[in-house]
Amino acid sequence: MSAYQNLEQMKGDFYTQKFEAGKQDGTLIINMGPQHPSTHGVLRIVIEVDGEYIVRSEPVLGYLHRMHEKMGETQTWGGFIPNMGRVDYGHPMAWNWAYVGAVEKLMGIEVPERAEYLRVIMTELNRLTSHLLWWGAYILDLGAFTPIMYAFDDREMLLDILQRPSASRLTYSNFRVGGVQMDLDDKCLELIRTFIPHFRERLPMYHDLVTENLILRRRIEGVGIIDEDMCQRYGCTGPVLRGAGVAYDVRKDEPYSIYDRFDFEIPTQDSACSAGRYHVRVAEMEQSLRIIEQALEQLPSAEGKHIMDKAPKPSMKPPAGEAYFAVEGGRGKIGVYVVSDGSKVPYRVKLRAPGFSNMNAFAEAAKGTILADAVAILGSLDLIIPELDR
Amino acid sequence: MNAFRKNVIQPILDCWSLLVGLKITGKYFCKPLITVHYPREVIDSENLSTYGGHVELIGKPKDPAMPKCISCMMCVTNCPSNCLTLVKQKAPKPTPEQEQEWAAAAERGEKVVKPKAPKNPAKFTYDYTLCSLCGTCIENCPANSLQFSNNIYWVATSRKEMNIDLLARLKEQATELSAPAPKIEAKPAVAEKEA
Amino acid sequence: MFGIPMILINLVIAAVAAMIWLALNALVLVYCERKFAGHIQRRPGPFEVGPHGALQPLIDGLKLMSKQLLTPDNADGFLFWLAPILSMIPVMLLFMPIPYGPVLTGMEVNLGLLLILAFSSFNGLAVILAGWGSNNKWGVLGAARAVAQTVAYEIPLLLTVLSISFMTGTLNLSEITAQQAGFIWDWNIWKQPLAFLIFIVAMFGETNRAPFDLAEAESELTAGFHTEYSSMGFGLFFMAEYGYMVAMCSICSVLFLGGFYGPFPGIEGWWWMLVKTYALLFLMIWARWTFPRVRFDQLLNLNWKWLLPLATFNLLATALIMKL
Repeated sequence: MSAYQNLEQMKGDFYTQKFEAGKQDGTLIINMGPQHPSTHGVLRIVIEVDGEYIVRSEPVLGYLHRMHEKMGETQTWGGFIPNMGRVDYGHPMAWNWAYVGAVEKLMGIEVPERAEYLRVIMTELNRLTSHLLWWGAYILDLGAFTPIMYAFDDREMLLDILQRPSASRLTYSNFRVGGVQMDLDDKCLELIRTFIPHFRERLPMYHDLVTENLILRRRIEGVGIIDEDMCQRYGCTGPVLRGAGVAYDVRKDEPYSIYDRFDFEIPTQDSACSAGRYHVRVAEMEQSLRIIEQALEQLPSAEGKHIMDKAPKPSMKPPAGEAYFAVEGGRGKIGVYVVSDGSKVPYRVKLRAPGFSNMNAFAEAAKGTILADAVAILGSLDLIIPELDR
Repeated sequence: MNAFRKNVIQPILDCWSLLVGLKITGKYFCKPLITVHYPREVIDSENLSTYGGHVELIGKPKDPAMPKCISCMMCVTNCPSNCLTLVKQKAPKPTPEQEQEWAAAAERGEKVVKPKAPKNPAKFTYDYTLCSLCGTCIENCPANSLQFSNNIYWVATSRKEMNIDLLARLKEQATELSAPAPKIEAKPAVAEKEA
Repeated sequence: MFGIPMILINLVIAAVAAMIWLALNALVLVYCERKFAGHIQRRPGPFEVGPHGALQPLIDGLKLMSKQLLTPDNADGFLFWLAPILSMIPVMLLFMPIPYGPVLTGMEVNLGLLLILAFSSFNGLAVILAGWGSNNKWGVLGAARAVAQTVAYEIPLLLTVLSISFMTGTLNLSEITAQQAGFIWDWNIWKQPLAFLIFIVAMFGETNRAPFDLAEAESELTAGFHTEYSSMGFGLFFMAEYGYMVAMCSICSVLFLGGFYGPFPGIEGWWWMLVKTYALLFLMIWARWTFPRVRFDQLLNLNWKWLLPLATFNLLATALIMKL
């Protein structure tokens, strides 16, 4: 009839064949992704379903691998910073910070105080955009179309603010070794000050429209249990871990920069289900607002101190050695490990992506749930596929 | 009784949340739109001025067609994506008379003053397809000759067009500056976001 | 008249009119839905084609028609292409017995309600064929969902309709309408509020509309049963979906909202029917753009544990009251 009758083509690729070896009788193997609407890009999950129930599943990665770590070994120290904006388009500032922080640690650089505050403000604003993006996309996965538009309404205001100091709207790369690229001007600070009460007013609407919604609560409550033990085994961090009741946040537990000066809480939920992770993220948005407010109050007024004097050039040569720096990103603990052999290019850059660990918990959490739950679990892990593959 | 309350009464009460949801979407249905109808409206210039588009050269204040650039190659060497190409100007080729003059001067034991190459670049091209808009070139420019453009409406239909000749662009801008700018028909969108 | 029975001419006219009515409604509804969704989301919706984008559905239809009809490899070609047609044809029949006005009734049948209920189940069959015939695993999953869903939601729908016909003592839709003539409080909705609510919920389930659009569920099953359909194959499913919506809402307004009668006597006419139908349609659209999708087991739980007992209770109560 057609060329497709060829059995060679019907066999599937390596992963499918490997997966199919353990197939039970009467089950169906389906490929969720890489072009599935709710895998947010090109994550592929091979799922064995018995009717609608998931018997086992296996994520297949590598569709968006861009060799960031290898690129780190060819770029100059400063030239690698733009790459950090591309690793995770959701929360690029935290990645910027992780890398820049590691290099600063290696070189023993003290960042000016104003620059630290600017970093905090911009990272927290970026965390808000990250969580808003997740919020909208998650509800979209669950079948409601409108909330993402409301979330993007607010997110757009944040992007307008963030484009002032960074000149970009998505893949920021404005952190530099020794400070930040541009200073926040007065207009920008004023915009942030007006945004905070505006967003505080909007949050109840989010809760009324979505969080309190009967259908949504039934969809996410008790679905996809990832408890503390599982988190430890898979190395889950961030809202996944906090959703399991562990109050671990790099900002509090290993305070870097000036986070010890702010008064904020770490929201946790004991339910360990998708709803727990949902509530943690929504509560985190409020905490981020609190941090920004305090940072704006304490912001030193020394103009032009956004970057240290005589900041190292992109072609800097850090002393031979190694350094590890971890920050709290929107998805969890972001770690960057750099090794220098004293030359212009890094000897090794290792990126620890939180999404990668979080995603691995999916296969176990999704076992025995139904297909619709798989989408709910996948969404609640807040995966950014470029970050998984790096 | 408790089970009855949990399994029967509570779900019925929770149905109220559905009505609340309908109320919210209904409320927003009645509110004005917040999107910008692009060809008829444009984004306000305040927002546009902070937009970071592709990199462009800055002209000298007195001669806007001439870039401030001193061809120091800092931008080219520091660019992580290798998207800038700069060709320095060569010193003008000496005429035979000049050469004779210099030769004579050298014979006389005087110091020869050869004309230096002009500092401004002969060619400055920029490949937008490669650029990651990190701004490293801008902050490393000792002459402050580079900036992000606000050109949000820039489109190209081929890769070749994405390779921009920045010097030609600067000249165009200079002539545009001297001539009155064409009137923009579209009105800036009114920012109607409620505080 | 040339030996052709009057009833046949009447039927042909009604069939053609139903077809036009269906196509027209689909166009208008697509436009309305997109505009409505746009304004809920604070964007203009379709705007560029025609004044305020009014010609957008027409152009979309043209686009669909100009696309290639593609049969997937290893698909059962006959079933694959039978499905959209099978989904479309019963919709036209659904419109026949609905009284749109005092004289605007396609086919005066005593068993109008029965006819509608019988033909409305055809959609389930079409969805199964589409999912099975397209040789797509997502399609099969969507079809399996659709089977369980349509079978389940048929029952409370039937029971509520039954309670109405218990009360009115007829299955003829024109008579049911006639009994609601008079003031607004003569409508059946006041006599059968529970039945009305159940009917509304079952209507969402029966027409596969969000939040019960599990057969297509684009974020779970990519597009469910119509994943593989291109061109007018998809277009027919699309039109049928809107056709079912219009039909169901019309039936709902006939059964509960007094059909073509206005809120007080003397102003009856087809426009009342239109207003009521579209009000219900807007409710459906509004709900779609507000709620998340329910899960499959919850959908069935809602049906078997809530709608069915309530509908049965309602039916028994109606029967008891009518007996007394």
